Amino acid sequence: MTLLSAPVEYVPTGRLRISDVPRLTRRHPLVSAGSGLLALLIILALAAPLCAGDPVNMDPFKRLQPPSAEMWFGSDNLGRDVFARTIFGARISLMVGLLSAASAAFAGLLIGVIAGYSRSFDNVVMRVMDGLMSIPTILLAIALISLTGPGIGILIVAIAIPETPAVARLVRSVVLGVRERPYVEAALCGGARLPKVLWRHILPSTIPPLMVQGATVCANAIMTEAGLSFLGVGVPPEIPSWGNMIASSRLYLAMAPLTIFAPGICLAVTVLAVNLLGDGLRDLFDPRAKRRR
Amino acid sequence: MQLHQIAGNDLLLDVRNLETHFYGEDSVTRALGGISFQVKKGETLGVVGESGCGKSVTALSILRLLPKLTARTVGGQVRFHGRDLLELSDREMRKIRGDQIAMIFQEPMTSLNPVYTVGHQIAEAVQIHAKASRSVAMEKAEEMLRLVRIADPERRVNNYPHEMSGGMRQRAMIAMALACSPELLIADEPTTALDVTIQAQILRLIVDLKERTGTAVMFITHDLGVVAETCQRVIVMYAGQIVEQANVIDLFARPAHPYTQGLMRSVPDRRRGRQPRLPEIPGIVPSLREPIFGCSFAPRCPFVIDICREKTPVLRDVGSSHAAACWRAEEVMGA
Amino acid sequence: MATYILRRVVSTVAVMVMVGVFVFLLLRLAPGDPADIIAGPRATPEMIAGIREQLGLNQPLAIQFVHWALGILGGDLGTSIFTGRPVLELISQRLEPTISLSLLTIILSVTIGVSFGVLAAWRSGGLVDRILTAFATLGFSVPVFVVGFFLIYLFAIRIRWLPVQGYQPIDHGFGPWVVHLILPTVTLSVPYIAFIARIARASMLEVLSEDYMRTAAAKGASAYSMLFHHALKNAGVPILTVIGLSFAGLIGGVVITETVFNIPGVGRLVVDAINNRDYPIIQGVLILVSGLYVLINLAVDLSYTLVDPRIRY
Repeated sequence: MTLLSAPVEYVPTGRLRISDVPRLTRRHPLVSAGSGLLALLIILALAAPLCAGDPVNMDPFKRLQPPSAEMWFGSDNLGRDVFARTIFGARISLMVGLLSAASAAFAGLLIGVIAGYSRSFDNVVMRVMDGLMSIPTILLAIALISLTGPGIGILIVAIAIPETPAVARLVRSVVLGVRERPYVEAALCGGARLPKVLWRHILPSTIPPLMVQGATVCANAIMTEAGLSFLGVGVPPEIPSWGNMIASSRLYLAMAPLTIFAPGICLAVTVLAVNLLGDGLRDLFDPRAKRRR
Repeated sequence: MQLHQIAGNDLLLDVRNLETHFYGEDSVTRALGGISFQVKKGETLGVVGESGCGKSVTALSILRLLPKLTARTVGGQVRFHGRDLLELSDREMRKIRGDQIAMIFQEPMTSLNPVYTVGHQIAEAVQIHAKASRSVAMEKAEEMLRLVRIADPERRVNNYPHEMSGGMRQRAMIAMALACSPELLIADEPTTALDVTIQAQILRLIVDLKERTGTAVMFITHDLGVVAETCQRVIVMYAGQIVEQANVIDLFARPAHPYTQGLMRSVPDRRRGRQPRLPEIPGIVPSLREPIFGCSFAPRCPFVIDICREKTPVLRDVGSSHAAACWRAEEVMGA
Repeated sequence: MATYILRRVVSTVAVMVMVGVFVFLLLRLAPGDPADIIAGPRATPEMIAGIREQLGLNQPLAIQFVHWALGILGGDLGTSIFTGRPVLELISQRLEPTISLSLLTIILSVTIGVSFGVLAAWRSGGLVDRILTAFATLGFSVPVFVVGFFLIYLFAIRIRWLPVQGYQPIDHGFGPWVVHLILPTVTLSVPYIAFIARIARASMLEVLSEDYMRTAAAKGASAYSMLFHHALKNAGVPILTVIGLSFAGLIGGVVITETVFNIPGVGRLVVDAINNRDYPIIQGVLILVSGLYVLINLAVDLSYTLVDPRIRY
């Protein structure tokens, strides 16, 4: 008889130490490329006021200028500095992306762990999650935003909610898998209390898949934010964000392509960095998947 | 070094110095270290050895079915009807596979495609090689199922593999392999994965069909009992080398390699009644990743002397149609 | 089999009820009185009271929901606040471009995505695989509208082969219809090609290492037959699954693509509805799209039996 292939499941593969980092970087180019790019973008976003000019100042005499020494990427239809706006735009993208991912991961973790442990909660909440999953992310976000009108707070909530079910499902499946494991049974038989078992034995198993999923959620969130802003329902139009820039410049594509492509390329690079990080983390935590790649 | 040259028109397969390597992340495994043997038309040749000794690799190298990324045949010739198979184009090779040389595998449970009916899979071979129409091929499939003694073949052709038992699937595999009347059938441990009673049935079936069709069979197994029942000649392999080669009677009567002797001692003998414990060969098979100096069996060999650790013994005649790769073969035979 | 279908249908209905509750609550959760919102900014108190009465807003929430749900089942998706026309009628007027775009995208991305995946798996580790994998990672990371503007810039502005934007109904001739849909379809397909290629590659790689693939090779099967006949059908279930699941994302992409290319489809309808705070339209589209998504995935689940004979419910 052949060995049946074990179901793919994530098992904690030991603790990561700082001293492992250089070795891991060499062995896992995807993680290093992704996190390197991401770090660069974060630094750029934080240092925006230092390295870029005023992103909101309008100059009616300098509309749709080509790139120059003064304005590296030229100016948009209102005479604003495209380079400055692009750099400042990174702040919005990264902030919304990271905060949405964190919220979705936290909510999903909470729901998933409880659903993995309580049958009655599981039945009800997972049906709600199924329902949420069947509504396209952008439409669901649009519906939520339409309740209050555009704003960064509601935007983060509206992006996080559609992403939560996938996280909850993942965490739930990990919990369901782990709770049957001998060491968990042993801990429970040994008289350990449930919260302690959850914290000590079950939660750690959910971390690696959660990190991988978190990267995916973050990439999705950055894309959704840009999409919503592009549709005019995301970040309020006065704030420079990549989606807003593209939306307000779309009529000037032929005259000043950089007004669209500068934020567009930055957007793509950011999402790519997060996706590379996610792919790398997946390989790191699930060597089986790496062999397949 | 060509021993017992078989007359040209009797010769079907002539393997010379076949050498196959496996490539790991930072290692090369010399799975086959240049082996030579021949298969005559219509004979049954047994290939025996422990797992990992290179039996299956030999079969896969002949048919060029090794995984492309990790394995490569780096040297030697595989002459089939005088043509070197290693030199053929992929297209020409495909014409030989399944038509002139067919193969059956160890795992009947996983060797059939789960999403097509058994009849479809047998018929495919016929369609590829005989350029037969679908309906003709399906008729042939049914006929083949009857030939391998599957009850109710009219119904079974439309069965999916998961609807059949292990023994029945192996019969279907044999039917598929024989569908184009190959001149050489390579059977890679065809009974290992089956129940003991089924094993006997399948063995009998292969022997029987071989008699009827006159196809030559290369029978790969780790079971000397199977060899005794089915084969005329035997090759014993160890660590990617042929260590002994003889006709079956000589081999069992006077094994000339200590490894063969060890293998025979570890076979339970029904005539001797209950034995307290079967003797095993001590030690483990050497890693083929590092170069081996001297005889690869030396670390486990009860006959070992100094020369064994220094010079690699080559296959040499120790009797008529009996060869062994051992410095002390004569003493081993006498022991 | 019958029990499985029944169970699956029941859970589908349950999911739809969830969606219904959510969409229903959407209007009720909106700040302020729904009647206020529906009546619009220039309504008199009498008008608002009339709307309250008409919508049954004075009744308990559960009753309201049942009324509303029954209306939807009877094909009444409500009335647009802004235009005063039935939502169903507004949506059906916009359906043709959206369906055209979605269908073409599905056809294009499934054929190309699966081919790419198969090719990459076949040449796994080689140059073709590397290029295709890089494309898949990239295609998955570039937002639809960035691809869209890039293609417009290249093919419509620079070399002027294709129209910049707009839509021509198929009644006006097949030629103009296709020409106007080429760029939108390619744009929307990029992430799906990437996505499907990734999944197809992974499941093909798994299948290609199976024993029965070696059997097929030993039979003398050609590379084409091995890949598309023996392997692809086995790899089919995961591929089908992601095609079904990616439908929800496709609709999101449609909304953006229609905006980029100025296509008067359902997506534009929704975006305009937000700006007008036209809740019934948003509700109607949500219900329809989710219903379609759930049905498609039901169909996908049931179609597994066609692909894999081992699956019996």
